[in-house]
Amino acid sequence: MKVMALTGNEAVAEAMRQINPDVVAAYPITPQTELMHKFAEFVADGLVDTEMVLVESEHSALSATVGASAAGVRAMTATSSQGLALMWEILYIAAGLRLPIVMAVVNRALSAPINIHGDHSDTMGARDSGWIQIFSENAQEAYDNTIIAVRVAEHPEVLLPVMVTMDGFIISHTMERVEVLDDEVVRNFIGEYNPRYKLLDVENPVTFGPLDLQDYYFEHKRAQAEAMENAYRFIKEVDEEFYKISGRRYQYVEPYEIDDADVVLISLGSTAGTIKDVVDNLRLKGMRVGALKIRLYRPFPRDEVIEYLSNASVIGVMDRAIAFGAPYGPVCLDVKSVLQGTKFSELPVVNYIYGLGGRDIRPGDIERIFIELDKVRISGEVPKSPRFIGVRGEEDYFEKVKRLVKN
Amino acid sequence: MSELKKWYELPVGGLIIEPGSAVKYKTGSWRTFKPVLDRSKCNDCLICWIYCPDNSILVNDGKMVGFDYDHCKGCGICAEVCPDKAKAISMVLEHQ
Amino acid sequence: MIEIRWHGRGGQGVKTASLLFAETSIEEGKYAQGFPEYGPERMGAPVKGFTRIDDKPIRIHSGIENPQVVVVLDQTLLETIDVTEGMPDDGVLIINTELTPKQVREKFGIKRGKIYTVNATKIALETIGKPIPNTVMLGALIRVTGVLDLDTLLKNIAKKFSRRYSQKIIEGNIQAIKKAFEEVKEE
Repeated sequence: MKVMALTGNEAVAEAMRQINPDVVAAYPITPQTELMHKFAEFVADGLVDTEMVLVESEHSALSATVGASAAGVRAMTATSSQGLALMWEILYIAAGLRLPIVMAVVNRALSAPINIHGDHSDTMGARDSGWIQIFSENAQEAYDNTIIAVRVAEHPEVLLPVMVTMDGFIISHTMERVEVLDDEVVRNFIGEYNPRYKLLDVENPVTFGPLDLQDYYFEHKRAQAEAMENAYRFIKEVDEEFYKISGRRYQYVEPYEIDDADVVLISLGSTAGTIKDVVDNLRLKGMRVGALKIRLYRPFPRDEVIEYLSNASVIGVMDRAIAFGAPYGPVCLDVKSVLQGTKFSELPVVNYIYGLGGRDIRPGDIERIFIELDKVRISGEVPKSPRFIGVRGEEDYFEKVKRLVKN
Repeated sequence: MSELKKWYELPVGGLIIEPGSAVKYKTGSWRTFKPVLDRSKCNDCLICWIYCPDNSILVNDGKMVGFDYDHCKGCGICAEVCPDKAKAISMVLEHQ
Repeated sequence: MIEIRWHGRGGQGVKTASLLFAETSIEEGKYAQGFPEYGPERMGAPVKGFTRIDDKPIRIHSGIENPQVVVVLDQTLLETIDVTEGMPDDGVLIINTELTPKQVREKFGIKRGKIYTVNATKIALETIGKPIPNTVMLGALIRVTGVLDLDTLLKNIAKKFSRRYSQKIIEGNIQAIKKAFEEVKEE
């Protein structure tokens, strides 16, 4: 193990160097560019055996990755924002063909208007595409999750592609302290890739992606749904093995000061770290607040969420994306749906949309959220949500609308 | 066709892992017309064998011996390409 | 935890300085974050960089609002932006200028904090041969804050620069940092 000063992008590139994938096909897009730039340096310097395929779009990047993976090798890629959007068609193909591709997604807002900064709109749009999604709080987690993802994807009972995400700029371009495992340790952990079926194995010919009509398509999709269930079952085993080599124990969700917390705030990604600091501060002031970070977003950690929320009186859910037209943001929809039908279905849940297009979420913002949630606990009055945090005009809009209607 | 399998019995990802399994699918029932060979006119040029899209011309020891009626879809290409001088293949209604 | 904000103009090396200081701190066994403020990057436009240093893991991932230390790479910025924004009253300003701390305070009407000055551009020209003040300011910064050891910083600069720059430039940078370390003026 050695300590390195790395940005999130560099940390994932370092993990990729150690994984030494057979094929990487990628197209540059801010804020992922630095990641691929760094990895391309490793290729140029001969530090990996990777065949690097430079393509003309993200659609091609994932297509080439799918082709390589089907051919029978370990294949990876990385993207952001519009790049992920352009991969759309192929996302479903990678998942449907059950190809264990690992892709870093450096979260960035979606156009229009154009914006290069971090929010979760890109990944949230792909949440039902059949990819496993793991969110990272910092550069260390981005590094660790990338290595874990290889084992998760290739698990014989899973065989699904995995997205490992980190917040654009906030993590991807921030230099932090990262503990990097020895190359040998990573290599032993991920092991040799030996897929059961390879398109280029001419001794054992197979057909990938044949026409599949009313008689079998549904059965194949049912099997794919079961693979997600298996992922939910088996990822913890991989996490446990990773703990043994690294000393870092990951769970699907990470509770923080939650045991006696009346108010619990749920979040993903880098914001979860900031929330921990706020929790400490508020606890010094005597407030019983806690936090729950969702690390594994797909498959959704339904049992863990219920388990950790069972002592709470009020729940806040932070969403760094809008699910346009839906009653709440994506994470809140999931949280509400798992609480439904349990004895916690009456728990007040307030949804907060924040940080779009890289808008900074400050400790003060989070403190105000906790205070509002504490008022909900006392009064029992649940405000209409989603609430938009840190956007100008939200404070007086409804007053104004009322006035306009009167006039 | 064999009995339809259950979802948990299928190979991963919709893959077909049995090479040449298409032979199990009997497309012969699709025919309206079927090819018939007049052996006395055939000179075994095997142009029909080259053109048949379903690999349904049966050849034994370099000689055209007939059709694989389990898979021949009755497209008529073999009759069409059979040289004018020979015209050894004709298409007749399936149930005649 | 110490939080530092860097002000400069595009091309003066604000990003490099903020990340280099974080990197050096990490190699010293500390926890740190270094991040620039990304925006439309144009040569000459005002830009900011940020560094956090602590002895325990840093969990916060917000921008820095209340920096204890503000480093200004370009004196002309004092005329156009409020570099003390968010800085606590006992904060520290380290400014690249030929003026003394007293002159700076009077000329720009700075009411708060403790001011240090160093003529980093002159030092850079003398030692590196180019008016790039970023590494020079690192010398002043560690002198004022004491968060890092001078020798460690110099070793780290030598190592980091050896991949990209000639021995002459590395030597120049090391001289520059040492000079700034010695010449920084206290109020």
